[in-house]
Amino acid sequence: MKLTLKIWRQGGKYKGELVTYQLNDVNPHMSFLEMLDVLNEELIAKKESPVAFEHDCREGICGTCSMVINGYPHGPQAKTTTCQLHMRHFKDGDTIVIEPFRARAFPVVRDLVVDRAAFDRIIQAGGYISVNTGQAQDANSTPIEKDLSAHAFDAAECIGCGACVAACPNASAMLFVSAKVSHLALLPQGKPEAARRVQNMVKQMDAEGFGMCSNVTACEAECPKGISVTNIARLNREFISSEFGSETQV
Amino acid sequence: MILDGKIPAGPLEEKWTHYRSTVPLVAPNNKRRIDIIVVGTGLAGASAAASLGELGYNVKAFTFHDSPRRAHSIAAQGGINAAKNYRNDGDSVYRLFYDTIKGGDYRAREGNVYRLAEVSADIIDQAVAQGVPFAREYGGLLENRSFGGVQVSRTFYARGQTGQQLLLGAYQALSRQVSLGAVELYNRHEMLDVVVVDGKARGIIARNLLTGKLERHAAHCVVLATGGYGNVFYLSTNAMMCNVSAAWRAVRRGALMANPCFTQIHPTCIPQSGDYQSKLTLMSESLRNDGRVWVPKKQEDAKAIREGRKTALDIAEDDRDYFLERRYPAFGNLVPRDVASRAAKVACDEGLGVAPTGLAVFMDFSAAIQRYGQSKAHNAGMHDADKAAITELGEKVVEEKYGNLFEMYEKITGENPYKMPMKIYPAVHYTMGGLWVDYNLETNIPGLFAIGECNFSDHGANRLGASALMQGLADGYFVLPYTIGAFLSNEIRTPKFDPAREEFAKAEADTQTRINTLLGIKGNQSVESFHRRLGHIMWTYCGMARTAEGLNQARTMLRELRDEFYKDVFVPGSNEEYNPELEKALRVADFLEQGELMILDALNRNESCGGHFREEYQDEGGEAKRDDQNYRYVAAWEYTGWENEPVLHKEQLEFENVELKTRSYK
Repeated sequence: MKLTLKIWRQGGKYKGELVTYQLNDVNPHMSFLEMLDVLNEELIAKKESPVAFEHDCREGICGTCSMVINGYPHGPQAKTTTCQLHMRHFKDGDTIVIEPFRARAFPVVRDLVVDRAAFDRIIQAGGYISVNTGQAQDANSTPIEKDLSAHAFDAAECIGCGACVAACPNASAMLFVSAKVSHLALLPQGKPEAARRVQNMVKQMDAEGFGMCSNVTACEAECPKGISVTNIARLNREFISSEFGSETQV
Repeated sequence: MILDGKIPAGPLEEKWTHYRSTVPLVAPNNKRRIDIIVVGTGLAGASAAASLGELGYNVKAFTFHDSPRRAHSIAAQGGINAAKNYRNDGDSVYRLFYDTIKGGDYRAREGNVYRLAEVSADIIDQAVAQGVPFAREYGGLLENRSFGGVQVSRTFYARGQTGQQLLLGAYQALSRQVSLGAVELYNRHEMLDVVVVDGKARGIIARNLLTGKLERHAAHCVVLATGGYGNVFYLSTNAMMCNVSAAWRAVRRGALMANPCFTQIHPTCIPQSGDYQSKLTLMSESLRNDGRVWVPKKQEDAKAIREGRKTALDIAEDDRDYFLERRYPAFGNLVPRDVASRAAKVACDEGLGVAPTGLAVFMDFSAAIQRYGQSKAHNAGMHDADKAAITELGEKVVEEKYGNLFEMYEKITGENPYKMPMKIYPAVHYTMGGLWVDYNLETNIPGLFAIGECNFSDHGANRLGASALMQGLADGYFVLPYTIGAFLSNEIRTPKFDPAREEFAKAEADTQTRINTLLGIKGNQSVESFHRRLGHIMWTYCGMARTAEGLNQARTMLRELRDEFYKDVFVPGSNEEYNPELEKALRVADFLEQGELMILDALNRNESCGGHFREEYQDEGGEAKRDDQNYRYVAAWEYTGWENEPVLHKEQLEFENVELKTRSYK
């Protein structure tokens, strides 16, 4: 396959621009990242600076890859991270535009690499169950209904990649935050601090500069793990009930 | 040097209990004055940093990722073992201990492994309390499945994402300690050296990956939780950034590397499809609960499949060789990984491979789909269901169990595994070898600890499935928080270390020199190309089957490659910027040294055991021939500069509770 790539370059000699590259011999069985590996090998051979992009597990689970391909975070294939996208989904002669995830809360580090530490700070604000090592009771002492557990799992599958933010016209992080709030609020273990959790996480989310949710639902469409926007509804419910329903000051 | 494993005296079942009751403690007021550096935030590192923070120590946690949640523990699929005996199928702490010792081909310490089995149950409790959504039954209680090399169901799992859920649990516990100020988190920082002051580990040199700045961090002790070195083979199931550098830098400062040749080759990975390939993808061992592994009996059938003239579906039942079931009737498709991998290699060596490269065997789910479908139909009262209806019902069950793995397989290969058997082939997955540690998980450098895959301690020559998550979390949550006290209780009067000290300055200067050297070569070949060639040497000569002749040859080739690397590598950019190529160059430089030590270790071990298979040492049936008389020891290597040979130190393994037998799964 022959491909034309237009890639966002930023940092070093590039102020921030789309640079065009040609690749003449792309194997359709390559993954998208392997195609970029080939490009980088060619650039290095020419003593040019390679395109910086983040990646690690290449199995679709670590959430490290962070690029927008032809306008779609993680590319056009539904429920697929960039590393699991294969070139057989493109055609010979295609032009592919590759940009970083864009959001005010995700500043560009270089080329296609962005800083998503805001997500860590949101989790630090409350995305956990407070249990010290050694405090736990026997694992089977609290039965959890299978479907409820599965429901919590569906939310827990979030890989923290940030595609939801990149997809959202408001750069909102509601899907990410709601997935963690739902995961923990649905489980009996997470109930005691549910009100405090949702308050603190939302507060941090706002402080990081993410936008508001206006129910566009592009986040769900682009989420590589198919996290549902019903989690956002649950987040809203949890948030409102924590404001009005809780007896404890949070 | 005498290697003392420091195994507590007394009966096996009482060692850990007695140890915990007698190990010196550090009082809360003193913990506040003690600093601990934890490098790596995977299962072992995150759980250790969180637990140490909870105890009251000042912890600095380092990860080279943008977030601790990206560590490669996240990719573990199948499950985590625990001796809970929730299934009432005869499991016990002793049985988990015994299975692990036997699975490791009697090359691990009894005391360490028994402790691992003991704390395994606590891990499940801890994880559930953190909100880890393990699989459950309709009654709301936890579900289990079986893994290779055992005859009970003791594996807890969270769909095909057990590692992800456990890591998120540990990450969240760590995040909580960060929010409480107990842990200071340094993301995008890579450790490039360990600093030793008066013989004790007192800090690290870390490179800020965004700015390139070298930073000095001091502490009372250093914990390495930096994973394994499977990427020395270039192609492996490890993540792209997994590397040996932290461990290797410790070796360069005097730590011993134990059993480096013990590498786990996982039997069920998606086969390589081309030279551009950057990594291999694992298909979880859990699939062997239901997948039947086979190749065609006839070479001409295999050839026809390779050439695309036939598919698996064209091969009649009688013309299929379910070689694991045939060779190992007692364990069938669930033999341990080393055994299954070698059997697949033998089949492919006989010309029965089914991928165009000749390197693949089938893993077939059609029987399981029919079995589950019939059971579902029976449950639903559909007594005259036809085959199509049964298949549909069965596929749903299989999807529920392994859906995400099947989806991943289809994404990568473009083939539907519900209809067509998967093609699989062994690939490098895990390294049992690692830094030598004693019962305290402390290396021979006082104050330097190694936990998780980074150490060598619990898996002997072969790791059983679902044991890596168990060991990582055991070390981090339940072992290190106790054993670190043995060292730190003597350090309560030690003041904080000033990073301006000359030891830190020297380590930083050494690191800077290494960086400048690599940037200054300005050759013509990419780092990646050297890594690929290194991997090729290691896989060919130090992979699934090894010979003395091949290993000797490989050593020469590797040395030549290393010389060429330092003459002709090209590292673009500078140190003072975000520069992934420089990061890679530093890692590959260390792999080029570690690889040689692996080869030496494989050469030294004139026996076959677990993942280490020397072709010279096998019985008539092609099974591994262990030599307990001469090699019942841990081989711990001391680096003394490449102008000298590394020095071998032996720690004899004593087996007081299990009888050494030929490992048989027949």
